[in-house]
Amino acid sequence: MPVFSYLAYPVKGAKEELLNELAALDHCEVMPAENEEILILVTDAPNEEQEQELQKKIKQLKSLQSLGMTFGHGDA
Amino acid sequence: MNITRRSFIKSLALNSAVAAASTLFPGISFGAWKSKDLPAGMIQWKKTPCRFCGTGCGLLVGVSSKRAVAVKGDPNCTVNKGLCCVKGYHSIQILYGEDRIKKALVRKNGKLVEVPLKEALDLVAQKMKETIKSHGKDAVAIYGSGQWSIPDGYAASKLFKGCIGTNNVEANARLCMASAVTGFLTSFGLDEPMGCYDDIDHADVFVTWGNNMAEMHPVLFSRMLANRQSKKHVKIIDFATRTTRSSQGSDKSILFRPQTDLAVANAICYEIIRNKWVNWDFVNKHVSFHKGKTNIGYGTQDHFKFKDKAETVDFKEYKDFLNDYTPENVEKISGVSAQDIKYMASLYGDPDKKVTSFWCMGMNQHTRGTWINNLVYNIHLLVGKISSPGNSPFSLTGQPSACGTVREVGTLTHKLPHGVVMNEGARKMAAEIWQVPVENIDPKPTYHTVEMFRALDRGDIRFMWVQVTNPMVTMPNLKRYRNGALKEGRFMVVSEIYPTPTSDVADVILPSALWIEREGFFGNSERRTQHNEQIIPTPGDTMCNTWQLIEVARRLGFEKQFPWSRETYIEDIWNEYIRFHDTPKHRMAPYKELKARSGIQWPFVNGMETKWRYNPKYDPAAQGDDFDFYGKPDRKAWIWLRPYEPAAESPDSEYPFWLNTGRVLEHWHTGSMTRRVPILHRAVPESYVEVNPDDAARLGITNGSKVKMTSRRGSIIMKASINGRGNPPKGMVFVPFFDEKYLINEVTLDAFCPISKQPDYKKCAVKLERA
Ligand code: SF4
Repeated sequence: MPVFSYLAYPVKGAKEELLNELAALDHCEVMPAENEEILILVTDAPNEEQEQELQKKIKQLKSLQSLGMTFGHGDA
Repeated sequence: MNITRRSFIKSLALNSAVAAASTLFPGISFGAWKSKDLPAGMIQWKKTPCRFCGTGCGLLVGVSSKRAVAVKGDPNCTVNKGLCCVKGYHSIQILYGEDRIKKALVRKNGKLVEVPLKEALDLVAQKMKETIKSHGKDAVAIYGSGQWSIPDGYAASKLFKGCIGTNNVEANARLCMASAVTGFLTSFGLDEPMGCYDDIDHADVFVTWGNNMAEMHPVLFSRMLANRQSKKHVKIIDFATRTTRSSQGSDKSILFRPQTDLAVANAICYEIIRNKWVNWDFVNKHVSFHKGKTNIGYGTQDHFKFKDKAETVDFKEYKDFLNDYTPENVEKISGVSAQDIKYMASLYGDPDKKVTSFWCMGMNQHTRGTWINNLVYNIHLLVGKISSPGNSPFSLTGQPSACGTVREVGTLTHKLPHGVVMNEGARKMAAEIWQVPVENIDPKPTYHTVEMFRALDRGDIRFMWVQVTNPMVTMPNLKRYRNGALKEGRFMVVSEIYPTPTSDVADVILPSALWIEREGFFGNSERRTQHNEQIIPTPGDTMCNTWQLIEVARRLGFEKQFPWSRETYIEDIWNEYIRFHDTPKHRMAPYKELKARSGIQWPFVNGMETKWRYNPKYDPAAQGDDFDFYGKPDRKAWIWLRPYEPAAESPDSEYPFWLNTGRVLEHWHTGSMTRRVPILHRAVPESYVEVNPDDAARLGITNGSKVKMTSRRGSIIMKASINGRGNPPKGMVFVPFFDEKYLINEVTLDAFCPISKQPDYKKCAVKLERA
């Protein structure tokens, strides 16, 4: 049950696009900042395989510049 | 309780992200966020520094039923402000690998067999005694680590240097940080950076010198991006020998040919002078000019010796020296266009821009590592951009306590916790604090790391104890040193947590407690000391490395020097150790303060930490009204005339490629921990060789196909990666060293910087062919 949270930095001017693209992915919840060009992303893939898949999809998003991790939980 | 475990965890995750965002972007608001009061008691959170990487992020580890189950970035830690990276998060899983070593092992009839820990410790002490008796005190050695907790290194130094009387103490930070140390000492007279990570929030320009921060210091890279995000005009320049994830995140990527950073740094200074960007107020008051020896060699032969000699010169001589380094001349050597050199000079030269330079292994693992450190300081000194918020030449460390344990405790052959063995005053101080006769402390250094392993091979060293490091993967020109360790009449003790190629050559394996299974301290890149308490129980017979050393010391008859109780020894050691640094230049925080806070930067004077050294506004040891470089007798910072000299081995017709080695984000050093974390392992399951697409096409190499790489020392077959996460230029290949199945250091060269004795893992010559 991996749960992660991140600060997601969009590429310049692509905050809305990133918000929509992330929100469209399974196991992702997104919350945009109102007054800064960043978003919070919380992921909760049901298992590690799906987590890997999700990671791949997120990394392919053109509107995403980078992710900064803030929290992680797994069945360690 | 009307909250499920899963929604509880998700709320924690969200709260952590909001906390991190609020620290990075003060005043940020999230309309959709409602803080939830979460039920207490499900998970208990304890602070600790991350045990990977020299960034030194503060983590909060969530513990449930005495097991570590979650990690979040500690928002109270100013290093990471609530962020962490994929390694940091997964760090708790390294505690629970299936093949964790939990019992002592002793080699009997060629096989390692489990024995009671007491028997193993008895054997270690007995072998040490026998070796000293038959071969002398300099036949025993300890090789430690920048991942040693501070008390580990302190106990090792006290036992070997103070009690046994040998300077055979080295640590793997020699392989990663020694050039930074000699760079600081030669330019400023004192080790460690003048600035701190807060420079990231203040700088307008970042120049990263051969430094892939997006993978190696990801949290600091995120902080740079956050600064650029909020200020818009901020620029990041990636100056490197290959294209990496850092290049992709930067505003400009400039590639240079290996070793020619020396020439480019001089060319930047040439341009700064030519354009009259020199800050003369600063230079006249705070800088002096010096030259040293040239053509200084590469240390590839046994017993290599070198001693530099400084000669004072004037500005005119410096200016004349730079005449060889016009941007046009340097373009020919370096491959960097004169225009790009001028652009970099203009960034440093602009009086309205604050500039921070970052570097790590690219500049330090360099046969002229000390020189290139000096040369980047020269740039900052000429324009007076140093020791003030945002203006910072900053050498990052690779390991969590390369600064804390190796550089500050002094676990190198020539060092003591305060000063060097050659200095009588430093020996007297150590003898008094350690309660040993001053004659015990040998005034002559013995072997730096490469020479120590050569001595093991030759038989000058017969007994070696390795703690928290994996030299049988990391030593350059590895075959020689592994064969040396396996020779008849050598005795190897390895304190470890998992089986490694180093524990494979051990005669005794001592099972070690890891990270939050014991109390300890780390010291990160920015002079920050960080305490962790023991958060979870030690498994099996595992024992803290410090206590292993104490047990052996007592068996050797040094009960008086190691009198502490099991309950308080870490605090007692800290209290003894900080006596070595009790001046305003280096005072360390007291134990109680460190226990309570998420790290404290030294010098810690009158309850205040020091963010910028040599600047009286911030540094209690600095005098006068602007800057005071008190590390040097002339109270000035030194600009050095250091020329470009080629690498020890360059590509030629037989071996036409540069081999560059390094790390990847997901794996820590030799991967002995991170390869046991499934998600990290699956992300990068094995090592590979990055090949430039044009070279690959010419040689018929395809992505994933097998390639044989050969140097004058060895060869290796591994899969090619083309257009992967990194891309070397034509004529270069790059190999990550984390995978013990592919021992790339059998191919590398054991050439080193003659001043720092740090090997160059970034440059040797190889040939490539399809396998
Ligand atoms: S950046 Fe370094 S210190 Fe921070 S979490 Fe990652 S590995 Fe740990």
